[in-house]
Amino acid sequence: MSATEMKRRDFLKTGAALGGGLLLSLYVPEWAVAENVHEATPLTPGIAPFKPNAFIRIGTDNLVTVIVNKSEMGQGVYTSLPMLVAEELEADWSKIRYEPAPVDPAYNHTVFGMQMTGGSTSTASEWERFRKAGATARIMLIGAAAKNWSVDPASLRAENGFVINPATSARASFGSLADVAATMTPPKDVPLKDPKDFKLIGKPTRRLDTPDKINGAAQFGLDIALPGMMTVLIARAPVFGGKVLSFNADKTKAVPGVKDVVQIPSGVAVIANGFWPAKQGRDKLEISWDDGPNAALSTTSMREQYSALAKTPGLVARKVGDPTKALAAAAKTITAEYEMPYLAHAAMEPLNCVVDLRSDRCEIWTGTQFQTGDRAAAAATAGLKPEQVMVHTPYLGGGFGRRANPASDFVIEAVQVAKAAKAPVKVVWTREDDTRGGWYRPMWYDHFAGGVDAKGIPVVWTHTIVGQSIMAGTPFESFGIKDGIDGASVEGAADLLYGIPNLQVDLHTPKIGVPVLWWRSVGHSHNGFAVEAFFDELAHLGGKDPYELRRMLLADQPRMRAVLDLVAQKGDWGKPLPAGRARGIATHFSFDSYVGQVAEVSVDKQGVVTVHRVVCAVDCGRVVNPDTVKSQMEGGINFGLTAALKCEITLDRGRVQQRNFHDYQMLRMNEAPQIEVYIVPSTEKPTGVGEPSVPPVAPAVANAIFAATGKRVRKLPILKVDLG
Amino acid sequence: MINLKVNGKQLNVDVDPNTPLLWVLRETLALTGTKYGCGMALCGACTVHLNGEAIRSCVKRVADAAGKEITTIEGLSADLSHPLQKAWIEIDVPQCGYCQSGQIMSAAVLLAENSAPTDNDIDEAMTGNICRCGTYSRIRQAIHRAAEMKRSTT
Repeated sequence: MSATEMKRRDFLKTGAALGGGLLLSLYVPEWAVAENVHEATPLTPGIAPFKPNAFIRIGTDNLVTVIVNKSEMGQGVYTSLPMLVAEELEADWSKIRYEPAPVDPAYNHTVFGMQMTGGSTSTASEWERFRKAGATARIMLIGAAAKNWSVDPASLRAENGFVINPATSARASFGSLADVAATMTPPKDVPLKDPKDFKLIGKPTRRLDTPDKINGAAQFGLDIALPGMMTVLIARAPVFGGKVLSFNADKTKAVPGVKDVVQIPSGVAVIANGFWPAKQGRDKLEISWDDGPNAALSTTSMREQYSALAKTPGLVARKVGDPTKALAAAAKTITAEYEMPYLAHAAMEPLNCVVDLRSDRCEIWTGTQFQTGDRAAAAATAGLKPEQVMVHTPYLGGGFGRRANPASDFVIEAVQVAKAAKAPVKVVWTREDDTRGGWYRPMWYDHFAGGVDAKGIPVVWTHTIVGQSIMAGTPFESFGIKDGIDGASVEGAADLLYGIPNLQVDLHTPKIGVPVLWWRSVGHSHNGFAVEAFFDELAHLGGKDPYELRRMLLADQPRMRAVLDLVAQKGDWGKPLPAGRARGIATHFSFDSYVGQVAEVSVDKQGVVTVHRVVCAVDCGRVVNPDTVKSQMEGGINFGLTAALKCEITLDRGRVQQRNFHDYQMLRMNEAPQIEVYIVPSTEKPTGVGEPSVPPVAPAVANAIFAATGKRVRKLPILKVDLG
Repeated sequence: MINLKVNGKQLNVDVDPNTPLLWVLRETLALTGTKYGCGMALCGACTVHLNGEAIRSCVKRVADAAGKEITTIEGLSADLSHPLQKAWIEIDVPQCGYCQSGQIMSAAVLLAENSAPTDNDIDEAMTGNICRCGTYSRIRQAIHRAAEMKRSTT
């Protein structure tokens, strides 16, 4: 597609939909209207005359291409979203192809009003739109066959890629109808199937992207190569907010293959004809830095500051009853403090961004979760209009939130380099750059007080949270922060499901110069651990079984209670175990899904923890692809376990102390537990899947460690806790 | 000029002999299935075969690979017919997929040397390969399945 075409197309639709910031109203795309039919550049071969809406293209070769507006970062959207289309279209699943959507308001998130992937919302938000897209196309194909055969459309039906006339047994493939279907008027009223008639939704379906991912064919951002492209490594300030004072690039420029060295706002960029010369060149740079205001930052002193703050009341996020009075009246009380470190996302594919900048347009290839924001940021940096910037979304080698940055850090920087380089550039982050690059899960510190009555039942719970705000200063601030409280800081704490009559959750939000961001399960990644581990402490204080007590206090939470019962049963709660092993249980509600986990652990004499088995139950509403739900639960458990056992980012004299996988360690094959996943059947609307299995694993393991050793883990990572 | 034999083809490359093999494969030969993850032989994303042995191409000087048989993921099979590829599809192992080339290349050497690997054998062969998406239990399952397929055809 030419730049002019792109400009015209975007111009038609941009104005009303994107006012610059975030739209909070539900954006209902008018894709069924003819002038808004989207013309995506076909990546899949074949002639495709029938484009009933922005999401579907049907070719004369019978191939049905589903244009997916969500980034594929492992969560399976390139399969589950096409399943929604295919279900209502009555397509032949073997003829389904997928391709990533370009950036266009037609592809905006139905709630967030911008094109993005995050918050475990892809299925929930597209559940209706993708099915309607499929149903619309089916009605138009049936209309085309009715026209060809001069019969009433109501007498026809679609099945497995064909329109069929049951009266005459005539059959026409979707491909043979594509030309005529393109002339049909899209229906206004698009009824959807009764879920009892689903053929595909709810059935385990193999991922469409697996073959590409096992033969080297899948292209990630780092795999993009353009003619004449330069590879760029950037020397960034060793302290967040630091600036270049001066630099000497003489030795760098002497490295064969280094073409240029330029200063950009975040540091010094080495432009070379490949990664290796760029790396050699960067290693030889001599840079004098102004470390700026964060030069003395240390997580050790931050911890002292946080700990002091946690003992004072913060802004109240939720209050029920009279916690002060209840604490004074309780039969037994305890207090506890929990702490969790900064965490890097550490996606396997380090950050990267390819930019081809011309005077009147800019093309970008990058694994992003935030297309609209990145396009706007690139345009502003390049001095272009957003319509002049095209963002291609290749496969993401992991996202976990790092590739959804409202500050568009890795995109803006690459455009800055492209402006200086006068050639297409690929900015590559080394693993060290990625680990040290900031935008971490915030460091957290929590203070709890709780009490039980004479029968051992919890009657009071107070929770003071200390940590940085993720949404402050972003376009999400206007709806994410209310009365000074960032919803992401208190999620999973203020909405505690347990029926405790006196409750207070409050928050301190210190301002620290370390950039922070959402990290798979966001606030739940911290509150899930703190809340469920402290709950275990209260259960033991009152002499109650942690499962039975949860059950009792979830009396008016039938969905969570069902999950809890299922996981206790499948996880053999209360049954004998081999000597040295113990179980812990935890539940957590996040992204509108209910998850419970039972972990089986042992702790050796040196204090080394082995997690043998994790049993997981989930209620995420109606399930599109059960196998994807299972793999997301499995992956989330290993992701959460990695953080629980091993990871922390620390700073000393403003400098991040971790570099690569030797000091920012990942869970490995020999440490990965046996995982079993059970899905609660549900007819409720679909809810989140990508993140909700992360929060419960750390507390399930910590609670199991207490059961095994009598030692409370109140600090992560467990590796740093003395259990010997 | 350095002579390389990659996936059965003889190729001459004009590069700094100290360049890690990884970057020659990816940038000079456009074989991008082999991935960069850490540059320190810590994650296994760059695993290829050198004379039938699984090596981390991010720390292997290209000059040291000269004259040896190099196999990358692109050369494992022409048509997804390797038992590991079949098992990977059957079990639907990958999530983001970035580490999977390296996982499969490590597993391929294990299978070539051991027709019935135990869980311990799998731990030993695969612990150098990180999967951040956490597909470990499926990788394990798929290796067992591939071994079974391989045994039933030989």
